[in-house]
Amino acid sequence: MSEDKDARPFAVYGTTLVSRLFIGTAQYPSPSVLSDALCASGAEVVTVSLRRESGASRAGEHFWTLIREQGLRVLPNTAGCRTVKEAVTTAQMAREVFETSWIKLEVIGEDDTLQPDVFGLVEAAGILSREGFQVFPYTTDDLVVAEKLLAAGCEVLMPWAAPIGSGRGLNNPYALRSLRGHFPDIPLIVDAGIGTPSHAVAAMEMGYDAILLNTAIAKAGDPVAMARAFALGVEAGRLAYLSQPMEPRDMAAPSTPMSGLAFRDTA
Amino acid sequence: MLIRVNGKELDVAAVTLESLLRELDYTEAMVATAVNQTFVRRDQRSATPLRTGDQVEILVPRQGG
Repeated sequence: MSEDKDARPFAVYGTTLVSRLFIGTAQYPSPSVLSDALCASGAEVVTVSLRRESGASRAGEHFWTLIREQGLRVLPNTAGCRTVKEAVTTAQMAREVFETSWIKLEVIGEDDTLQPDVFGLVEAAGILSREGFQVFPYTTDDLVVAEKLLAAGCEVLMPWAAPIGSGRGLNNPYALRSLRGHFPDIPLIVDAGIGTPSHAVAAMEMGYDAILLNTAIAKAGDPVAMARAFALGVEAGRLAYLSQPMEPRDMAAPSTPMSGLAFRDTA
Repeated sequence: MLIRVNGKELDVAAVTLESLLRELDYTEAMVATAVNQTFVRRDQRSATPLRTGDQVEILVPRQGG
């Protein structure tokens, strides 16, 4: 803990969080598995969405009751929105329903990669910030876009590691490390593309503040155990970062003392 | 009057957004509304008239990533 920043509690938009793992709530095999996985993850923040009700099942109400019973903070998203107008309207609707100014802002630009439309993202972030939203922008690892998002009013950045749902891990560690280095005091959350706890560890070891993921837990064979594994991974990565890992060396260096070694002549 | 609700064409009697929610049995539900891609606050629904061809979205909380 050599820097003051690292000694401070993790906070986003003035809200202090203990857990550095944000969890999505989609794609779980059942509501009970979702509920158990949320408990096992220790997450304090979960992502949710707004959708049309399908049929008369009132599935939305049941889901929302489950989330509220867990007492978790929600981060509504604008997933699937393709235009600034769609994203802004969805955010406004979400603020009313979920009673939070937090919004995970997604403006999707392309189907194969679900890559953010960063131009629309910056524009929507500006509009929403002026309307009092606290915007969590799902963005690429582009440093200039990151600058523009901050100028638009964002106080946190959420660069992708890899395309949503791909589980490929850190596609461009250099770019992520550059972002971390360039914005030492901005909360940075890796969002999307994490597949295994080792990916989360790697991002946290770089000094990322938190991890947001969904599919890697929901689609695991045992989502509850995987939720726990990610919680441990995020914690391990954070501790490793704070512990200042050793620098890699090209050549071996014996860890067992050489002095006193048998079968050797001494000078 | 023909309008589109959540992407489907419906023939409704309602003349305001609030009466539409009643007609579709959303009175008790926690929903957010938009008309023609513009958000309509809960307290504006009764003052929001519906016109033929309007596109209404009625959204509810769902799982998200």
